[in-house]
Amino acid sequence: MMNADNSPRQPYSTYNDWYAAQDKARLIAKSREAENIFRKTGITFAVYGHADSSEKLIPFDLIPRIISGREWRKLAQGIEQRVIALNAFLDDIYHKQEIIKAGRVPRELIERNVAFLPQMIGFRPPGGVYTHIVGTDIVRTGEDQFYVLEDNARTPSGVSYMLENRETMMQMFPELFHQNRVRPVENYPYLLRHSLASLAPPGCEGKPRVAVLTPGIYNSAYYEHAFLADMMGVELVEGSDLRVIDGKVKMRTTRGYEAIDVLYRRVDDDYLDPLTFKPESALGIPGIMDVYRAGNITIANAPGTGICDDKAIYSYMPEIVEFYTGRKALLENVPTWRCSEADSLKYVLENLADLVVKEVHGSGGYGMLVGPTASKKERALFAEKLKARPSNYIAQPTLSLSTVPILVNKGIAPRHVDLRPYVLVSDKVQIIPGGLTRVALKAGSLVVNSSQGGGTKDTWVLED
Amino acid sequence: MLGRTANGLYWMFRYIERAENSARLIDAGLRMSLTRSEATEDDWDGVLQSSGVRDIYDDLYPTLTSADAIDFLLRDKFNPSSVMSCIDSGRNNARMVRTALTRETWEATNECWLDLKTMLARRVKPAELPEAIDAIKQKTALIRGAFHGTMLRNEIFNFSRIGTFIERADNTARILDVKYYVLLPAVSQVGSSIDNVQWESILRSVSAHRSYGWVYEAEYKPSNIADFLILNGRMPRSLAYCYDKIVSNLGYLAREYGEGHAAHATAEGTLSSLRSHSIKDVMDQGLHEYIENFISHNNRLGQEISDGYRFN
Repeated sequence: MMNADNSPRQPYSTYNDWYAAQDKARLIAKSREAENIFRKTGITFAVYGHADSSEKLIPFDLIPRIISGREWRKLAQGIEQRVIALNAFLDDIYHKQEIIKAGRVPRELIERNVAFLPQMIGFRPPGGVYTHIVGTDIVRTGEDQFYVLEDNARTPSGVSYMLENRETMMQMFPELFHQNRVRPVENYPYLLRHSLASLAPPGCEGKPRVAVLTPGIYNSAYYEHAFLADMMGVELVEGSDLRVIDGKVKMRTTRGYEAIDVLYRRVDDDYLDPLTFKPESALGIPGIMDVYRAGNITIANAPGTGICDDKAIYSYMPEIVEFYTGRKALLENVPTWRCSEADSLKYVLENLADLVVKEVHGSGGYGMLVGPTASKKERALFAEKLKARPSNYIAQPTLSLSTVPILVNKGIAPRHVDLRPYVLVSDKVQIIPGGLTRVALKAGSLVVNSSQGGGTKDTWVLED
Repeated sequence: MLGRTANGLYWMFRYIERAENSARLIDAGLRMSLTRSEATEDDWDGVLQSSGVRDIYDDLYPTLTSADAIDFLLRDKFNPSSVMSCIDSGRNNARMVRTALTRETWEATNECWLDLKTMLARRVKPAELPEAIDAIKQKTALIRGAFHGTMLRNEIFNFSRIGTFIERADNTARILDVKYYVLLPAVSQVGSSIDNVQWESILRSVSAHRSYGWVYEAEYKPSNIADFLILNGRMPRSLAYCYDKIVSNLGYLAREYGEGHAAHATAEGTLSSLRSHSIKDVMDQGLHEYIENFISHNNRLGQEISDGYRFN
């Protein structure tokens, strides 16, 4: 937030004047008020593997994270390029596999990947779009310096927090939105619905009918599923509501079975169709993959997109972007060591104290090692895991992430953040100006995941 | 609307209604034990039976004591009809059908759950019981108020109302089923104080001890009490009132969907029988048989609604 001379950075200047005039006790009280709003509304998530923690709040910090219009434009260009490349990559690996033939990405990394679905080979989804909704995790290390931390091309979550955080801020501090020209994010549900409907399958008759598929009320992101269905004005369905009838996916309504054309699924690939994937899945719809391949339903995101979230694939993103767009990647990757390669493994083992090590298929901050903050014993234990299955891991240096202020009892204090902007892909790429800012609440911590005690902030993109 | 959503709404409102009913039964039980010089634990036997959970109680507790019975009815998670279990289930259903509810209705339900979860986290001390029961009535009343004030009068509203009134009719009928004998003319000794306590307790368990006075001029008479709870169309917990509402809500659905189901005939049949009989007819036919017959028809109606509107 601060320049080197300790003056506030330009996008924060208006906010800073406002903040200086505030009674700090009132702000702390507002902070509790915000928490009550969240609890009352039921904006909660579940942490798996904790007893009696079925519903938790994500802490909300009421100091916004502010991005200038100029910085945003640069970022948006980079994200758009990356998302276009991701879709082209998916289309390629499920068709001609030119990137493999060109020797840019190793064949086994694709074909032996658990997230690669042979069922998708030779099939092109409606409109040629694989990833309808993408969340690209970004970190900022300095003025105009952004790195992509990871791509979420399967089912990025958290967008409801982007919307609720903004709603809460506007309720609590309306004056801030008069003083600052903050670009709106509120139309996301509208854009999402239109984006999904515009990719209806060839077999759709009449106005496309959209539904959100949830695993149910015990899923960690259930609140978000219900919220999005509600805001889009579409049905929220579970697998048990759906059945394949006459070559269409239909939902059981009080009047009988009615067809669905576009399914925004928040259920993992493996559970989508027990006839094709995990036979024991009770969350999915038997036969939906046949309907999909026959062009009678659109599934968003397409099955098999999860391969883009793989952290070993991530390490090839600079090559992937360049291969499909013909230009160098505008956004940088964090330098990544693939532990499957002997030299890299050796380096990683020797420098474990300075590195962050992640599982290639991991998410949510589970199963990772943050070298600088881990104990000697933790590092030794992790080294054993690494040696046992090197190809399961990648390692990255810890970046000197930029910090933003959060409200603490004594006033404000700097904390590390990342940013997940949301991108909608149809015949065009739409990037919502804002996103989810996750913040590590512990001083010095680099882990922002909500499952690991991270919080969130409203994210402002200013009009210039 | 999804069949599962209709099912969720129906059960959400059944459970909220049942939570209130359990609270009311505890209230009546407490009152009875206060007004009797020789309060016995048997009073709680009637309460547990009216709630339909006597068997579950016996599986869990060696003896019947008022303290255990109250705790069991208030917060035992092994008792599906305890206030806390009902609010839990009601709120789970509300989460499932959240997209069908207004923000106000959802928030009232969620707040009710949050507050009662805190309040009922441990055994409620006897001195705090009246306050706890008031809080339950108030929180559930807020849900009803938010629901009435903000919901569109569409199929969502209809399924919710049907759930409320099927449950309410069941509750009132169960109370009558357990206590029918004190309403039989042959057994009652007019003016005896024991009967007075029993009658008042029946009226209290349907929150009608005041309104009874307005309608029947404060004179406890078994046939009047039976008339009030069964046939009086102005009394919001009577069987006749519940069926009036069920029939009208089913009627809206039939008009909107352009077709009716078996449920429509069943509900209309029950209503017309409630309308055409006098309390004397009911007594002549046999109060107990009449009530048992009603309960089984009411259950059948619930099943027919579930089948007709594809709840599952």
